[in-house]
Amino acid sequence: MQLFLPIAEVSVNAFLLLGIGGVVGFLSGMFGVGGGFLITPLLFFIGIPPAVAVATGANQVVASSVSGVLAQMRRRGVDFSMGLVLLLGGMMGSGLGIWVFALMTAAGQIDLFVQLAYVLFLGLVGLLMLQEAVRTMLRNRGGKAPIRRSHVHTWVHRLPFKIKFRISGLYISVLPPLVIGALVGFLSAVMGVGGGFIMVPAMIYLLGMPTKVVIGTSLFQIIFVTAFTTLMHAISSQSVDIMLAVLLILGGVIGAQFGAKVGLRLKAEQLRGLLAVLVLAVAIKIALDLLLTPDELYSVTKGIGL
Amino acid sequence: MRGAFLYLIFAVSLGLGLSQPTLAEEIVAQFNQTRVSITTNFEGSQIVVYGAIKRDRPAPKNKKNHVIITLEGPSSPIVVRRKDRVMGIWANNAELGFEQAPSFYAIMSTAPLAKVIDEATDRLYHITIPRAIRASTQNRDSEQTTEFTDALIRVRTSEGNYVQSEYGLRLLQDTLFQGKIDLPANITEGAYRVRIFITRDGQVIDSQFREIDVRRVGLERWFFNLAHEQPLIYGILALFLAIFFGWGASALFRYIRP
Repeated sequence: MQLFLPIAEVSVNAFLLLGIGGVVGFLSGMFGVGGGFLITPLLFFIGIPPAVAVATGANQVVASSVSGVLAQMRRRGVDFSMGLVLLLGGMMGSGLGIWVFALMTAAGQIDLFVQLAYVLFLGLVGLLMLQEAVRTMLRNRGGKAPIRRSHVHTWVHRLPFKIKFRISGLYISVLPPLVIGALVGFLSAVMGVGGGFIMVPAMIYLLGMPTKVVIGTSLFQIIFVTAFTTLMHAISSQSVDIMLAVLLILGGVIGAQFGAKVGLRLKAEQLRGLLAVLVLAVAIKIALDLLLTPDELYSVTKGIGL
Repeated sequence: MRGAFLYLIFAVSLGLGLSQPTLAEEIVAQFNQTRVSITTNFEGSQIVVYGAIKRDRPAPKNKKNHVIITLEGPSSPIVVRRKDRVMGIWANNAELGFEQAPSFYAIMSTAPLAKVIDEATDRLYHITIPRAIRASTQNRDSEQTTEFTDALIRVRTSEGNYVQSEYGLRLLQDTLFQGKIDLPANITEGAYRVRIFITRDGQVIDSQFREIDVRRVGLERWFFNLAHEQPLIYGILALFLAIFFGWGASALFRYIRP
């Protein structure tokens, strides 16, 4: 069934969109990520204009994060005070990102900018996760129990403006969470992602938050940052396509429930290893697009150039 | 004296006016539709033009008449960009702006265009695709203009938005003609201009311009208007739907699960 998307101005198969939403939802349910980093490149691939793909991707992440955070709240896995600090940073980062996005669009470099951001961040995070997962698997095979200290004091703990985060059991400066929030907000605006793949490792390794509150807190703040991003894109460039978003969301929320069931059967390090491979595959695909000679060197865009 | 002069001008112009119909060959044409509605399940459409050449005396012998039909979508300024290898990666590196380029342009004729119209006629009526596109006046580099114009035509042709079909029309008995133009699914809304020309010896004998209205309707219209006229409300609606479905799915599956 062909569907004409009112904002993207392209006609696409509705079942294809439901399918994309479903597959990405399945993976995001399985791994506990928003799935924006998969949806946005897939939308590029089926011919949705980049600006619409990024803005609508952010809208889709709102839905999957709401669904995820409700489950986390039931098991008390959300640190609201930490979430609010991250959120404050996130708003600033998102605002900056929207501004850069508009600037790059006018300069005709938005595609390149988005692609480079994907290659850089997905490549980096994918490699780190893969390395960590492989190391854990090898260590488990060796039979030696990992030694973990509950509190590691680093430079992060010497910064000023300290406050208590009760649920995380932390007494740290608000500056690192603000900066991390801002970085993730920026990426959300520019890449159409929630940024969980950066937020989660940053919370564990940089802030030293306990693992059980990491996913919930990250989802909590991602809801607001992606909601803010969606609203800003809707106002500044009218590039959110509701029809596209609803189909992706419908497929996504259903897929996520099944994915979550499969995810429960796998070991944590296996999950992380698989997710790392997936993230790297997307990064490599986009990198190849930049490196290989394209079939058509020219592109046509409405509007006036520089 | 002055009165006589005016009278002379009046008489001459009247004479010219009267002599016109005796030479005339007129186009009579009809379309299958003058409104195209972009609905939710819009998959493209087809415009059928059928018509005849009306004469009050036989056409001159040994002279062949030709027919051209063009369909032109709304024009807008556009930018064409070229990728080059910059530090190992392919990035947009050069660009040329066009003041006006039609979003859609289809042209069909009874013979190759070079035989149907001459250079001067094309310059006057902007019939061929390169003539229908207007490059920015600030760009004087003709070599570059040609390069980017060719690229624009190639890209839009491969998308199905620029269509040229020589021999796409048949002129029966030197009188009747019919042409079909496919509108693709990824169409821009607005007023589409149809032009019909009859030519002889490369010159236009008669022409007719009409309009076809291409509009979003129903849900498409509603979303598009809301997004552009009330972007804040549109954004809030997008968020509301996302939150509703996110919550709904989690509630539904909790209910289903034993």
